[in-house]
Amino acid sequence: MIDFDQVGMTYDGSTHPVLRGVSLRIEEGELCLVIGQTGSGKSTLLAAVNGLVPHFTGGALTGRVTVDGRDTARYKPRELADVVGVVGQDPLAGFVTDTVEEELAYTMEQLAIGPAAMRTRLEETLDLLAIADLRHRALHTLSGGQQQRVAIGAALTAHPRVLVLDEPTSALDPTSAEDVLAAITRLVHDLGVTVVLAEHRLERVVPYADRVVYLTGEGTVEEGAPADILGRAQVRPPIVELGKLAGWKPLPLSVRDARRLAPALRRQLPDTPPLSARPAHDARQPALTAHGIVVRYGPVIAVRAVGLTLRAGECTALMGRNGSGKSSLLWALQGTGSRAAGTVSVAAAAADPARLSPARARRLVGLVPQTPADLLYLETVGEELAEADRDVSDAPGAAPARDILAEIAPGIPAGTHPRDLSAGQQLALVLAIQLTAAPAVILLDEPTRGLDYQAKASLTGILDQLAGRGHAIVVATHDVEFVTRACDRVVVMAEGEIVTDGPAAAVLTASPTFAPQIAKILAPLPYLTQAQVAAGLGGQSPP
Amino acid sequence: MTAGEPVSPAAGQDSPASGPDKAESGPVRLASGPGQQALRGGGRLPRGLHPVAWWIWALALAVAASRTTNPLLLLLILAVLGLVVALRRSDAPWARGYRFYLAMALSVIIIRVIFRIVFESGGTPGDQVLFRLPTIPMPSWYAGVQIGGPVSLQAVLSAALDGARLACLLCCIGAANTLANPKRALRVLPGALYELGVAVTVALSVAPQLVDSVQRVRRGRRLRGSERRGLRALRAIAVPVLHDALERSLLLAAAMDSRGYGRTGRATRASRRLTAVLLLAGLCGLCLGAYGLLDSSMPSGVAIGGFTAGAAACVGGLFLGGRRVSRSQYRPDPWGWPEYVVSGCGLISAVGLCLTVGYNPAAVNPSLYPLQWPSLPLVPAVAILAAALAAVVAPPPPAAVSERATAVRWRRPAVGAVSGAPR
Repeated sequence: MIDFDQVGMTYDGSTHPVLRGVSLRIEEGELCLVIGQTGSGKSTLLAAVNGLVPHFTGGALTGRVTVDGRDTARYKPRELADVVGVVGQDPLAGFVTDTVEEELAYTMEQLAIGPAAMRTRLEETLDLLAIADLRHRALHTLSGGQQQRVAIGAALTAHPRVLVLDEPTSALDPTSAEDVLAAITRLVHDLGVTVVLAEHRLERVVPYADRVVYLTGEGTVEEGAPADILGRAQVRPPIVELGKLAGWKPLPLSVRDARRLAPALRRQLPDTPPLSARPAHDARQPALTAHGIVVRYGPVIAVRAVGLTLRAGECTALMGRNGSGKSSLLWALQGTGSRAAGTVSVAAAAADPARLSPARARRLVGLVPQTPADLLYLETVGEELAEADRDVSDAPGAAPARDILAEIAPGIPAGTHPRDLSAGQQLALVLAIQLTAAPAVILLDEPTRGLDYQAKASLTGILDQLAGRGHAIVVATHDVEFVTRACDRVVVMAEGEIVTDGPAAAVLTASPTFAPQIAKILAPLPYLTQAQVAAGLGGQSPP
Repeated sequence: MTAGEPVSPAAGQDSPASGPDKAESGPVRLASGPGQQALRGGGRLPRGLHPVAWWIWALALAVAASRTTNPLLLLLILAVLGLVVALRRSDAPWARGYRFYLAMALSVIIIRVIFRIVFESGGTPGDQVLFRLPTIPMPSWYAGVQIGGPVSLQAVLSAALDGARLACLLCCIGAANTLANPKRALRVLPGALYELGVAVTVALSVAPQLVDSVQRVRRGRRLRGSERRGLRALRAIAVPVLHDALERSLLLAAAMDSRGYGRTGRATRASRRLTAVLLLAGLCGLCLGAYGLLDSSMPSGVAIGGFTAGAAACVGGLFLGGRRVSRSQYRPDPWGWPEYVVSGCGLISAVGLCLTVGYNPAAVNPSLYPLQWPSLPLVPAVAILAAALAAVVAPPPPAAVSERATAVRWRRPAVGAVSGAPR
């Protein structure tokens, strides 16, 4: 269905190619998973399938890409619209119309499909993706998962034979992500659509993949059966790490397969892990106390009388589905967001940050928003850091931003444009800027979005350092595996209220939605990370 | 949860027989065309009226309003507009803006009156002076304008009536925008102008995103604790917002390209050239014709000939150009008898006020000398009232799809705290 023949791609103004010598063949009806680290060329490979690379992006493409017999060098993306459907990372950015029905019809209108066929296909698509009850809704009022399903539907109505999805679940909570993945697998199984999918969080998609294409980072690819490739690749989900540790062959890729192999491993492991999932921190002084926080937008109550105490040296994960009030709570705690009622007190100054000037408030509570790039506006990283230092020049003993950045993310050249940094580097830069004010409390809103495993590991390291220095940290996130490694405590929100609050290990193992893969495999044993399992085995094997 | 509730059958534009009738209607009837609706008598299914019908109706009323300064007739027009808007607008966001047009109309009247009071110049001896403002002497070379001086009742009244006429025009446009979905109205543009329509539609949806983006960045700015004002602060907001907008428009362009926007139809190079020539010639003809119609010194034959030829060339050009675009339309609005009646009754009011037949033309534009209570001329009043028929004839608007749509202002709308989570 899709053929890459010795494909190389170099963008304008770049000296080294993103892709080189890529030859691969994706058969009809396959679900092909594209993996690789940030910047390894996943998006380029995906965009080359429907000709956006190079027709839209510019640059030089060598070799030949054919889709369903059509050479993308001669067919422009719009001429391939009836063969390839594309769904981007941010569905909202790709919507052309404003209601669900019109959006689903858009591609068909462009393809001049007759009115009767259009009606039938639209109804079928609504049912296929279970979005029939949303048909008259305005697109911007939908939740992230619903939007993603509408975007898939909008691509599907044209009856394409290939569907290309770039990180379709990266911004979604676990349940919405399951819905989207279920819809995708249904397409592959029932309709025989060929799906090419790029994803960072492999743990969810790997069980469904028929083939994995691994971008090594030097522009070349390795392709093959999922178990083979994942066994070798740099990026791998926890289940594969566990499988390698336990020496399972062939490597299990779904929790179900792994559980069938797990009893032997469980017998080898001690009942309680010899190692805690997280390094312990001692300081447990309350750093921030909030009572009865209410945030409302018109008639809608986003946060409903929430009380929360954050302790120094503790990293708290704030979880819950999209729209459960996580962001609103963070902004209200910082003092910049609106707060209809309630009190916040930061122990370090015995003050409420909302009553202080922004410059003083950030010295008590620092917040890194969901789109960190909003805070960056200068030409180079160096200028941004100097600006950050100037902002706190009146505070005694503030560490220079440059040193902080060098510590948490070494190797970012000062001359780079902030917009050219990767998502992880941008996050580190903004975090460093916020840390120059030395806030006692640090809040991060969805920092793991778009980060690969390596970037997440380094973020975990940064958060550990900060917690060790006595900062209280809150991370709003959907990423269970990240929480397992980085957080001590989990707070789950729903409908603006806190429904669960407890130690990470207990909360994560108790919930079927939030349990990390290793916990699911080894339940009832309370193991969460591969490091714990390794320690458990290490204690067992000598005798 | 809204998302979970079944949409009532009436919500669809042409769903088959609704609720209680279903049992009696025997075999399931498929599509319900306008003819069938007529057969069903009073039980017309709710649907949106064709946007062009609403625009014809509103523009015709605007023409009527422009012909009169009689306050009673103007009030009658406003009443008709108010009635129809109240009865036939839907619950969609774009249909909630009529009050802004009313406020704008009121401010037009007020501004006009204030200007007349301040810049009152001259007046006839018979004027009733209400009060005097201190005069500001102007230099001799600027004697044409007088600031201050006596303010007469006649001057204020004529300003208010002029303003009321303008206000009425504004309300007519407002009513059209409230009653007809502006985006659906753009869809009836001829194929050749399709790109233009898409550009406007995209611009319409980008504006709120831009506002959202500005708010987000300003909040981000506060997080950095910067309290600088002036140029630097402006830059700190403008740069990320522009980056954002640029990125988003590139994403949108890529998405539209991959979804088949701009697929070339059957156009050849020759037909493209012919289209261009026809359109240019047509526009020239239209200009010539319009000039001739307004300037009485030109022979009327040239004017009318130029106008007709120009219009014909334009239509031909649009038709040829339209062939270049090959696409279809999902659920086009039907044009049935309600559309004919609504646009017709609007036209009646326009014709009634343009043709001064059956009444004294002076009654439509009453004189302020001598000052007297205006009379209500019968024929124009009836003509205007005819336009109110639209409130009854137009089918009721489709039932609202309830949306908990108050998006969280400063967040990406995608994750608004309000939108129902999937379960």
